[in-house]
Amino acid sequence: MTHALEIEGLTKTYSDGFRALRGINLNVREGDFFALLGPNGAGKSTTLGIVCSLVNKSDGRVSVFGHDIDTDLAGAKLNLGVVPQEFNFNQFEKVLDIVTTQAGYYGISLKKARQSAEKYLKKLGLWEKRDSPARMLSGGMKRRLMIARALVHEPRLLILDEPTAGVDIELRRSMWDFLEEMNRQGTTIILTTHYLEEAEAMCRNIAIIDHGEIIRHTSKRDLLKQLSVETFLLDTEEPLESAPSLDGFNCKLDSEGSLEVEVSKGTGLNSLFMELEKQGIKVVSMRTKANRLEELFVRMVEDNAQDAGKVGEVMA
Amino acid sequence: MNLQGLWVAFTTIIVREVRRFTRIWPQTLLPPAVTMTLYFIIFGNLIGSRIGEMGGYDYMQFIVPGLIMMSVITNSYSNVVSSFFSMKFQRSIEELLVSPVPNWIILAGYVAGGMARGLSIGLIVTVVSLAFTHLSIHNLPMVVITVFLTSALFSLGGFINAMLATKFDDISIVPTFVLTPLTYLGGVFYSIQLLPDFWQGVSMANPILYMVNGFRYGILGVSDVNPFVSLGMILVFITILTAISLRMLARGKGIRH
Repeated sequence: MTHALEIEGLTKTYSDGFRALRGINLNVREGDFFALLGPNGAGKSTTLGIVCSLVNKSDGRVSVFGHDIDTDLAGAKLNLGVVPQEFNFNQFEKVLDIVTTQAGYYGISLKKARQSAEKYLKKLGLWEKRDSPARMLSGGMKRRLMIARALVHEPRLLILDEPTAGVDIELRRSMWDFLEEMNRQGTTIILTTHYLEEAEAMCRNIAIIDHGEIIRHTSKRDLLKQLSVETFLLDTEEPLESAPSLDGFNCKLDSEGSLEVEVSKGTGLNSLFMELEKQGIKVVSMRTKANRLEELFVRMVEDNAQDAGKVGEVMA
Repeated sequence: MNLQGLWVAFTTIIVREVRRFTRIWPQTLLPPAVTMTLYFIIFGNLIGSRIGEMGGYDYMQFIVPGLIMMSVITNSYSNVVSSFFSMKFQRSIEELLVSPVPNWIILAGYVAGGMARGLSIGLIVTVVSLAFTHLSIHNLPMVVITVFLTSALFSLGGFINAMLATKFDDISIVPTFVLTPLTYLGGVFYSIQLLPDFWQGVSMANPILYMVNGFRYGILGVSDVNPFVSLGMILVFITILTAISLRMLARGKGIRH
């Protein structure tokens, strides 16, 4: 199996002494849709920064489609497209110029660059804005511009660092559709995101990084199997004054009056409804409280923080 | 990247640089034309007519090569320093850093961009000067080689300044406190033969003196220094600054964490 990205023993210590990465190992298969998750300051952006050669590594090995960044950096870069977290284009340049100039940096002639730019600007709904200065675009358009710019040289691996930050729900979903289409067409995608529903909806494999270490690296399916409890929110026909006592279920009222019920894995929802029926409670709608991945993520990061605390106590 | 790809990348950087300084032409192309016109009127016509000859030429004719060179130097430098630092500031430098463009192409592209502006201004100032005086070229190859190499040298200087700069103040310190005094004291407005021996010796330590005089030799055929020594010095400086720039790029000084 070819790996789009291989990382071995990657470390990074910044000049102020901060150890951002503590020897991480990571493999992303070709064609994968991969999420790198972690709290702020965990090391996500540093990892991706090293892969994209925006950050100098301290030690370790990184290769993109077999091109080691120490021995064949240009080969690695040719296979890579990057969408950074913050806007990093000249705000005064025109949209089309930004995209075709990027293609020029990859040695693509102006004629081909214009064709490729037209293709991606149209797909991302920016073709009508091609002659506008980038500063005139909305936040969502700027994000899409960075995606078009990253794709103009047709990379095999697309890295997106928080691609939908600050983007409204409708636009976010259209960007998901676009990225899924790119993935179906063979582009390997790695993304970091704070919207865990995004990772849950799109990604097949997930790594969780915290304090510069990979604390979990597995498939989404295996990760979700670890969920022992799911929380549902039920809206009842008649408002409840207090949470009922349901045999076998923990429940409480949330701040908006919805009934919040924890359902253990393996417990059928039928028994829940039978309990509700016994108490004469009629349910008119039902939804999950938070997405499942978010629950797991929070739990893992909390566990890791507790472990780190214990190690700290021992070392002290 | 193959040779054709490298050429495309190189020309892409130049085109973007030219697009930048032509887009903001009221800030880049117009001011030197206005300033030099004032220089020609005040120093050349009004004051120059009372000074008489210098180096065997009218004062106006004497200062024209120096003023052209001064414009080339300051504009080559300021184009690269402001463009590259702005890219750092806006982080659009990352567009280049993630691409497979080798460092020497990045450097060559920026230097060529600085030269494009410096030489354009040099041409504008030359055309303006023709409205005030007659110019005949004594040695065309010397004129062309000197102006191209000087422009390249100060583009390199601007590049290093931009790499080291961390705030906007840093990109104006060198032009204001180093470049301008050295240019004014580099024989633009006078021949160092007018100075006492001690100050003539001090002036010989000013690298800009050699560039101004090399260029003046190409146009008028007079110079305070050997023009071939001037060319040799420019080439030595270019070699040194190129090596420093490439080393800084390889280390990612100021552009990679």
